[in-house]
Amino acid sequence: MNKSIKDTEDEIIEEFSLFDDWMGKYEYIIELGKNLPLIDPKFKTEEFKVKGCQSQVWLSSEMKDGRLFYYADSDAVITKGIISLLIRVLSGHKPGEIAEADMNFINKIGLKEHLSPNRANGLTAMINYMKKYAAAYAEQNVN
Amino acid sequence: MNTIELHKDTSFDVNKLREQFPILNQSVNGKPLIYLDNAATNQKPLSVINSISNYYETINSNVHRGLHTLSERATEAYEASREKVREFINAKSANEIVFVRGTTEGVNLVASSFGKANINEGDEIIVTEMEHHSNLVPWQNLCREKNAVLKYIPVNDEGELILDDLENLITEKTKIISVVYISNTLGTINPVKKIIETAHRHNVPVMLDAAQAAPHLKIDVQNLDCDFLAFSGHKIYGPTGIGILYAKEKFLEDMPPYQFGGEMIKSVSYEQTVYNELPYKFEAGTPNISGAISLGAAIDFINSTGLEVIADQEKKLFDHAMNRMKEIGGIRFIGTAKEKASVISFLLEDIHPYDTGSILDNLGIAVRTGFHCTQPLIEQRFKLPGTVRASFAVYNTTEEIDIFAEGLKKVKQMLA
Repeated sequence: MNKSIKDTEDEIIEEFSLFDDWMGKYEYIIELGKNLPLIDPKFKTEEFKVKGCQSQVWLSSEMKDGRLFYYADSDAVITKGIISLLIRVLSGHKPGEIAEADMNFINKIGLKEHLSPNRANGLTAMINYMKKYAAAYAEQNVN
Repeated sequence: MNTIELHKDTSFDVNKLREQFPILNQSVNGKPLIYLDNAATNQKPLSVINSISNYYETINSNVHRGLHTLSERATEAYEASREKVREFINAKSANEIVFVRGTTEGVNLVASSFGKANINEGDEIIVTEMEHHSNLVPWQNLCREKNAVLKYIPVNDEGELILDDLENLITEKTKIISVVYISNTLGTINPVKKIIETAHRHNVPVMLDAAQAAPHLKIDVQNLDCDFLAFSGHKIYGPTGIGILYAKEKFLEDMPPYQFGGEMIKSVSYEQTVYNELPYKFEAGTPNISGAISLGAAIDFINSTGLEVIADQEKKLFDHAMNRMKEIGGIRFIGTAKEKASVISFLLEDIHPYDTGSILDNLGIAVRTGFHCTQPLIEQRFKLPGTVRASFAVYNTTEEIDIFAEGLKKVKQMLA
């Protein structure tokens, strides 16, 4: 785990710069969403559901060797594709680093509208939860 | 024979009409905007937009208070608009027209005021399984507060009300029935007159949520004989934040005020207050004056365009869309009632509505996705994650629908 959060963000921004239009970008996101099994089915319950009006998101996390790992899924493919990017950036880092991440790469790759509260797709709520878990773990470690 | 009747101008020119809607003439995401979310809110003609600025530029002042000229002009325009609403729904008297914020406030007013006075423990209220949250949650809340029972008229797989059991659903405990006239999600036009006749045989009053009906069909409250009816200005080409509650005068007389303050009073002392007469008893505070006046402009727009012309154009768009969508294949229509308004709810293959909506948005096409504020209907009755909804207004064109159909093919290609 040598790559920093910033490194992965830059890597994703670089990847997305190769697409000249939205269609290529979305096809890539859809591929990501279709391919990745992101969460153990046992977590796809009400308890782990981040409710959205438009699409549903399930999120769980675990600490391993001082690093925080996330597992998440969605019933909508585009939402799931974006989740896989978020997990790629954040998962496996120290809670303190995750809590401080600004997630600005989403804007830079031109998908910020999916994080608008208006979309009510569960993504904004999911990021809030991810950061909240991280902040809580970070606090524990400090104390 | 009237020759004008014979040579009635049937050539409706949609492009000419579109000139009145400046918002339609723009690009989103690099594509010409195709606005098919009219059931959520429709766009405003210049006459309505100008009416708002004209009010603030020329007669803005508070109504029913000042003796000065501007106040009188504002009051006159405000009351003229109430009269237009009365005529629009053929109410007996302008006293039966209460200006509210929208359908939601109309239902809340009745649930809160009529409910407070008439609903007791063990009483029953009947709604349908296809209600918009605005005609469901206020009654649910009232029932919770009063320990009353909320009962539902069921919906069949086509999205029509199952009315066979209505007679049995109504008991001596039933205090009010509140029903959506046209479903915002399914497009179903409900046989409300039949429901009202049945309810009245049992002396039960009926409220109609006419939010989706008002822009599409002629509402005649005397012919329907409904006891309450609410609709929103912004769904009939008018501004947001204004709507109306119609109620028969005998109910309004008996109902306690909903909110308290200025305007709704006749006289106030430190000890007590005498409430104002109808409809002012229900219009506490400075009302949405510009909204009410512009609602009048919206009604003028509908009248000058002609509700029949609007209905014909919408029918044409609906039929065209259904044909084009059926050609694509793999579309499941949610709501296939025989009597339908120009609303199409659907799912494309097993593609999630959010995904369909996101791709269409990138193509400049605005549709609604999700529960459409009818979560129990979608989740519990139809067991779906949501639907995609395209809804048409008089200014939409068959060319736009062709682009929409191409968009759906693109979605299918990318996601199926």
